[in-house]
Amino acid sequence: MKSWQQSWRQLFLFGLLALTLSGCGMKELSALQPQGPVAAMQFDLMKLSASIMIGVFIVVMLILTYVLIRYRKRPGQEGIPKQVEGSHTLEIIWTVIPFLLLIVMAVPTVTTGFTLGKEYNKDEALQVRVTAHQFWWEFEYPDLGVATAQDLVLPVNQKIQFTLTSADVMHAFWIPALGGKIDTNPGLDNKMWLQADRTGVFYGKCAELCGASHALMDFKVDVLEQDEFAAWAEKMKGVQSAEPAAPATANAVQGQQIFEKSCLGCHAVAGKGGKMGPNLTNFADRQRVAGIMPNDAEHLAKWLRDPQKEKPGNNMPNLNLSEDQINSLVEYMSTLKVQEIKR
Amino acid sequence: MATHHVNAVLPDEPEKATLEGKNKILGFWLFLGGETVLFGSLFATFIALRDQTNGGPTSQQLFEMPLVALATLLLLTSSLTSVFAVLALHKKDLKKMQAWMTVTVILGLGFLALEIYEFMHYIHMGHKMTSGAFGSAFYTLVGFHGAHVAFGILWILTVQLQTVKKGLTVVTAPKFYVASLYWHFIDVVWVFIFTVVYLMGMIGGKVG
Amino acid sequence: MSAHASHAPKRSGIADWLTTVDHKKIGILYLIAGGIFFLAGGLEALLIRLQLMYPELQVIGAKTFNELITMHGTTMIFLAAMPVIFALMNAIVPLQIGARDVAFPFVNALGFWLFFFGGVLINTSWFLGGAPDAGWTSYATLALNQYSGFGIDFYVLGLQIAGLGTLIGGINFLVTIINMRAPGMTFMRMPLFTWASFVTSGLILFAFPAITVGLVLLMFDRLFGAAFFNPDAGGNVVIWQHLFWIFGHPEVYILILPAFGIISEVVSTFSKKRLFGYSSMVFATALIGFLGFMVWAHHMFTTGMGPIANTLFGLATMLIAVPTGIKIFNWLLTMWGGQIRFPTANLFAVGFIPTFTIGGMTGVMLAVPPADYQYHDSYFVVAHFHYVIVGGLVFGLFAGLYYWWPKMFGKMLNETIGKWNFWTFFIGFHLTFFPQHFLGLMGMPRRVFTYLAGQGLELGNFISTIGVFGMTIGTILFLVNAYVAAKSSKRAPADPWDGRTLEWSIPSPPPEYNFAQTPLVRGLDALWVEKMAGNKGMTYAEPLGSIHMPNGSFLPFIMSLGLFIAGYGFMYHNYVVVGIGMVITFGCMLMRSLKDDPGYHIEPDEIDEKGVKA
Repeated sequence: MKSWQQSWRQLFLFGLLALTLSGCGMKELSALQPQGPVAAMQFDLMKLSASIMIGVFIVVMLILTYVLIRYRKRPGQEGIPKQVEGSHTLEIIWTVIPFLLLIVMAVPTVTTGFTLGKEYNKDEALQVRVTAHQFWWEFEYPDLGVATAQDLVLPVNQKIQFTLTSADVMHAFWIPALGGKIDTNPGLDNKMWLQADRTGVFYGKCAELCGASHALMDFKVDVLEQDEFAAWAEKMKGVQSAEPAAPATANAVQGQQIFEKSCLGCHAVAGKGGKMGPNLTNFADRQRVAGIMPNDAEHLAKWLRDPQKEKPGNNMPNLNLSEDQINSLVEYMSTLKVQEIKR
Repeated sequence: MATHHVNAVLPDEPEKATLEGKNKILGFWLFLGGETVLFGSLFATFIALRDQTNGGPTSQQLFEMPLVALATLLLLTSSLTSVFAVLALHKKDLKKMQAWMTVTVILGLGFLALEIYEFMHYIHMGHKMTSGAFGSAFYTLVGFHGAHVAFGILWILTVQLQTVKKGLTVVTAPKFYVASLYWHFIDVVWVFIFTVVYLMGMIGGKVG
Repeated sequence: MSAHASHAPKRSGIADWLTTVDHKKIGILYLIAGGIFFLAGGLEALLIRLQLMYPELQVIGAKTFNELITMHGTTMIFLAAMPVIFALMNAIVPLQIGARDVAFPFVNALGFWLFFFGGVLINTSWFLGGAPDAGWTSYATLALNQYSGFGIDFYVLGLQIAGLGTLIGGINFLVTIINMRAPGMTFMRMPLFTWASFVTSGLILFAFPAITVGLVLLMFDRLFGAAFFNPDAGGNVVIWQHLFWIFGHPEVYILILPAFGIISEVVSTFSKKRLFGYSSMVFATALIGFLGFMVWAHHMFTTGMGPIANTLFGLATMLIAVPTGIKIFNWLLTMWGGQIRFPTANLFAVGFIPTFTIGGMTGVMLAVPPADYQYHDSYFVVAHFHYVIVGGLVFGLFAGLYYWWPKMFGKMLNETIGKWNFWTFFIGFHLTFFPQHFLGLMGMPRRVFTYLAGQGLELGNFISTIGVFGMTIGTILFLVNAYVAAKSSKRAPADPWDGRTLEWSIPSPPPEYNFAQTPLVRGLDALWVEKMAGNKGMTYAEPLGSIHMPNGSFLPFIMSLGLFIAGYGFMYHNYVVVGIGMVITFGCMLMRSLKDDPGYHIEPDEIDEKGVKA
């Protein structure tokens, strides 16, 4: 039975190797590198429960290894082993000890559970309303009069109280580096609070199967210094309470005309347009096209050529635009800036 | 081991005289346990959705006591008559047993007729399966019960037919007994429907 | 008596299999059907992992991927794992309690055919417009008409039919175990596999009606325009989740308890010791079954139930670790002081212990709601439940199959192939699923058809896909082994493992009446007790006599076929077809009720003739 032991050890080493090779994931994405108090509390609970459990596992493995080596049938071994009925002492031990270990885990489980379950009003936290759509995210700041999509802009070191719902099917809102997820249920509101301890970019994901492009329902979180955030919100509010501005170049003007004819029904820019698709007021400031591709002319053109190819099953049809039209649109959309975000 | 004692003297409690009979009765009790979970789930769904009329008529507007009370009376009485039938079975009085079971079936049919009338009346008032969550939950819960009653009637008739041909034996007795168990179960479920759907619906106000 | 002593017309070949009510043959049918579905589900898994081998691959499209994950989950749980469990329960439980038959042979056959036709119905979706694609949990509103395809109808109706089969199968085993035990076989002398089957059957009885209701509601929403889950018409999407998990969590224990039972038998036999702490094992089994009903909402911590509900369900879930821990330590102590042999059956049983322990550990971690907000719906969860269901149940089933194969088929499986089977599967399994824990924590949600490059998820996914090849090879080796055994002319002895329980006291495979004479059970591990008393076989509770057997019948097959036909009628809104199907089913029911089955008798001279030779 030597090979059995060896194989286990190899496996374990291999697992550790895999782990060290990839580190603990990217700090923008990983729950193992918490970047805010919620994720940190959750990570503490993970470490606590994992340590207790690994302790139990080691005990089990030690006994198993010993038993397998010591009591394996040897060649020529005869006779009948003693038929043991059981042992009350031992049974009580392995009933009571796990129970005590569970109590050790239960205490922080309860306290953290209620800490995370708190709801903060608008004096205590920035209120953000999240509406999930197939397959994009809508973010509104009701107290600031600002609406945006895909790139969630947040101030650092401030509690954010989210109110979440869905416009179609169930989704789940997850920013692993900042904290755990919560579902967005159509017809119901859910609450969750998060906070970022440092500025920078974090990756957000949809965690509940929501259709063909569930895998591509990514979003980004831009955490800014508080004064930068205030400036951003102020500017956004200004733009969104006005008519869309006219762009400078002729090509872009043409693009704007196409946009108003073909896109505005679903997408809002500044103070005008529909809510079927993401609000594009500050499109050119965002990191990604459709949440997944780099935000540059090439990828935007690719998207416009056939949105269904890039994100199957989304609600934007192929508009069958000519290359010229795409070119104009791309140029126009690159002017949709409100305030550049330092990343 | 023998399953056929047609000519032999019928033992006391003939429904439990054979292992097959005992198995059947135990199995059926267990089945009723499962049915309880089934109706429990339907009740829970109904309670969660009973106020979601989606603009349609509310339970206070719909339900009328006389009709429901009459239906309840019919079904409760039918449960009693099925008890009389089982008492007759234990006295090995085939004729009496058949007679009481026939009364049970007639009462059951009366209940079903009232329920069908009631549903048609509601649909007329705009309370439909598709009109909103309340409608869906109502027709599914009460309709499931109604389907159970309909099935019970057909079942009892089948067993009646067999006793006419085969008489009362250790094979037919468990069938009778089990059918009457089923009938009691349906009756108990109705008591809950009467309370949860109708009484609580008529009193109005939200639960809890 | 003599009027019925004649044999029923003996059917042979395929007609025999279609009409059989013999629990041993039904067990084999369950095994074959479950095995085929297991291969289908495995193929689906292979495609899933190939698609995820590298980032942004395009092996299969997004929609197909969702169909594959849905069918993989649904197939593995309902059409592979459950039937193989039922295969072993059918083949072994009546033998372990010294019964000649199950309580309801006809219902038993009906249960199999309902499951079979339900499974076929779901799988025909691949050829009729696309498989279901809303995940095996089929959450509303994604599973409603507006958001998903025709495939969900197959899921709804197929599972309904298969679920009905499982439910009546569960009732059959409950009654069999309560009423059909041999003299002396008290509850506290029952082998642990029988105990596990008993508790599992009880869970089936009380859990399946919840999914029945859930599926009915979903069917009404999809087919008849009801509004249970439609928020625009007052519906509530969370109701589906509750109904699904009120069934779904006990389902997990329905799956794992029989594996616990198998491991208990195998470990005890191959350690040549009685099970350590038998009573506490029984108690733990029953307690796990009971607690299994109290914790369904731990699948819904992120649904928004609030901290009070989350905390209560979390703490209740943690409690399950206690009886589970009792089991693991009892197995270890059963081996302690024994003479442990390592045929393949015991390799799988020993491999089960650390693997399942890991699954249990992550289970406790998942029971902490605030931390679960991170794990939930991520690859961490995928890793966890595969450790429990594959590392627990499938290892257990392999152990059980290697252990009981001679009893079921009268042939031994080859040990060399068996060892290769174990090691490839075991290593492949850990390679596949161990890295997935970290993928989840590193931010990979489950059910994603791809992931973007440059997010640190490449290595884990690559290793995971490589591991699948190991599991594939292991599975193929098992098939090879079964084939080799079938071709071999060497017959298995009655008691190849120095067994302890009643099934080893009769020939392999057993005659149709199982026990020529009903055995008298004189203690736990009934056969071992006789062996220790120096007896060659069991003591009997009755003299040799005439044995009554039920006749086979086509009705279970036709009755299930009727529902199968009606299912298509519902899906295509063709109510003539629904009517035809229902008439067939209810017609069969009526026939069954009206026409008594007198059965037939096997006389003592025939028993002697067939000989009870080992």
